[in-house]
Amino acid sequence: MAADTAFAAPGKQRSDKPPALVVDHLTKRFGERTAFEDVSFTVAAGEVFGFLGPNGAGKTTTVRTLGTLIAPTSGSAFVAGIPLTSNNGPEIRQRIAIMPENPGLYRRLTVTENLQLFAGLYQQHHAAARIGEALEAVNLTARAHDLCGSLSKGLLQRVGLARALLNDPAVMFLDEPTSGLDPVAAHEVNDLINGLRQRGVTVFLTTHRLEEAERLCDRVAILSTTLRLVGRPDELRERLFRSSLIVETLTPLVAPDDVFNSTDGVESWRPEGASSYVLSVTDPRNIAPHVTRALVAAGADVVSISESRHSLEDVYLQLINEDPEASQR
Amino acid sequence: MSFSVRRLGAMLRKELREYRRSPFIVVTMALLPLVFLIEPMITIFRIGPSVAANVADKAVGATFLVLLIAPAMLPAVIAAYSVVGEREQGTLEPLLTTPLRREELLLGKALGVVVPAVGIAYLLFAVIQICARLFASNAAVVSALGQGPHILAEILFAPLLAGWSIWVGIGISTRASDVRVAQQLGTLSSIPPLAVVALVSFNVFTPSVTLAVVFALVLLVADIILFRVVVALFDRERLITGARPLRAPSGGGQIPPAGAVRQIRRIERTGGSGDG
Repeated sequence: MAADTAFAAPGKQRSDKPPALVVDHLTKRFGERTAFEDVSFTVAAGEVFGFLGPNGAGKTTTVRTLGTLIAPTSGSAFVAGIPLTSNNGPEIRQRIAIMPENPGLYRRLTVTENLQLFAGLYQQHHAAARIGEALEAVNLTARAHDLCGSLSKGLLQRVGLARALLNDPAVMFLDEPTSGLDPVAAHEVNDLINGLRQRGVTVFLTTHRLEEAERLCDRVAILSTTLRLVGRPDELRERLFRSSLIVETLTPLVAPDDVFNSTDGVESWRPEGASSYVLSVTDPRNIAPHVTRALVAAGADVVSISESRHSLEDVYLQLINEDPEASQR
Repeated sequence: MSFSVRRLGAMLRKELREYRRSPFIVVTMALLPLVFLIEPMITIFRIGPSVAANVADKAVGATFLVLLIAPAMLPAVIAAYSVVGEREQGTLEPLLTTPLRREELLLGKALGVVVPAVGIAYLLFAVIQICARLFASNAAVVSALGQGPHILAEILFAPLLAGWSIWVGIGISTRASDVRVAQQLGTLSSIPPLAVVALVSFNVFTPSVTLAVVFALVLLVADIILFRVVVALFDRERLITGARPLRAPSGGGQIPPAGAVRQIRRIERTGGSGDG
């Protein structure tokens, strides 16, 4: 299990604020079944933190536990600076917002009526103004008086986000916010999450969409009952995959061993296809010119030399494939 | 136990708005009381001008008992839907993510049922009073209907009987896994108060002020006990996950001293779902 200590998100100044979430060896069991085990991580204030994992990995249960909906079996946590204990439930819930996968809106009520209910539950003093701001933030002002039952799934997700904004939360938990949405609606929701980041809201995002996590999140954690890795997406790539160059020539090299083994910085190589080669290198950017010169000197017709880019998906699949239980869930 | 009036009000408004937008609930709530109007009307109008005052008084007493069936029966099905219905339509989890305490949620739900049920019961009573004054041929009937103790009994018993049905219904709803099961069981909740009403109607007990006071007190105590039981039955974890939480000895809940954010201590207990 990888635990992390870095509070500051990349590209941001180290925040003076205390961390939004501190989770320490948290475990939840339902009888004999372990939902998640020994999970530890920290989320800085203002950070967008991605929580990834296969179905049944324990992501939603983690969100519910941190949201005081269910009790941990062991371990501890601080949510928005408040210890996660039974008595602190209402206080924690006053300072966070959770948007479940299903936004759970009252379909017979209008958008505004739904938000009025929740503004009342959060005891908002200027509810009408707050609702107006929340609707504006999700571009739904024009649909304020529509019945929720008449809205598309994408619009319902937006109403769910507006609801989550009502209490100006210190931490916002978004559980699969783009699940089941078409690409356009998912893109809109992603834009809204980006907007939250710009407003400095701490976002805890669980998602299956790895490209979404890579684009939106400062750091990600990969959970498969236990926490497998935590870090920035590029950090995880570096940790799991060696840097490499992909070389493509017009015709197969006559003596690739001679070319690559004599080039400084190339640690090893392997063929990939008839006239493609993958070179493990220490520093792709600086080694590429050396490799080009060596290939030209050997009389090769170079088609392309490019750095191999591993996506977060590669990292995810690598980790999940190592976990035989994940494929059983 | 502390309540927020604003949160209760928000829940009540939501409940009433939902009824307004649900024609079936409104129609059912409006139709059923009509049945309870027919029998008392027939009883009252059949009493001729020559019937003795004591006979008329007895008939009016029986009419009051029939009228009290409405507040006992009307809320049962709706109360049984209250929690399991929210759960089935996926709206319970978002509610539970707010600072709403379970007592507030349950009271809000109960108020949402008791307001229309008692309102309808009082309306029925008012209709009988008006019709009797306009059309009853026996002056003793009008006089008996207007007696203070009768009116007081109606005002007192309607919310108390409704309270019984509501708390039993909500209690069933917090534990049922299916709306249909909850509503079937909910209909049974009105049987005990109806049984008492029936016993009085069949003269097993003679209606008297003492009996009425005792019965009212018993109902009041029962309503309070039922509320406490239902609050205890309401388990966030079970409602959200369908799983029974493993209970360990309680102990947490103390807020550590300021600046202790990094001095993490183990909870080693359950109970996060047991809070308000």
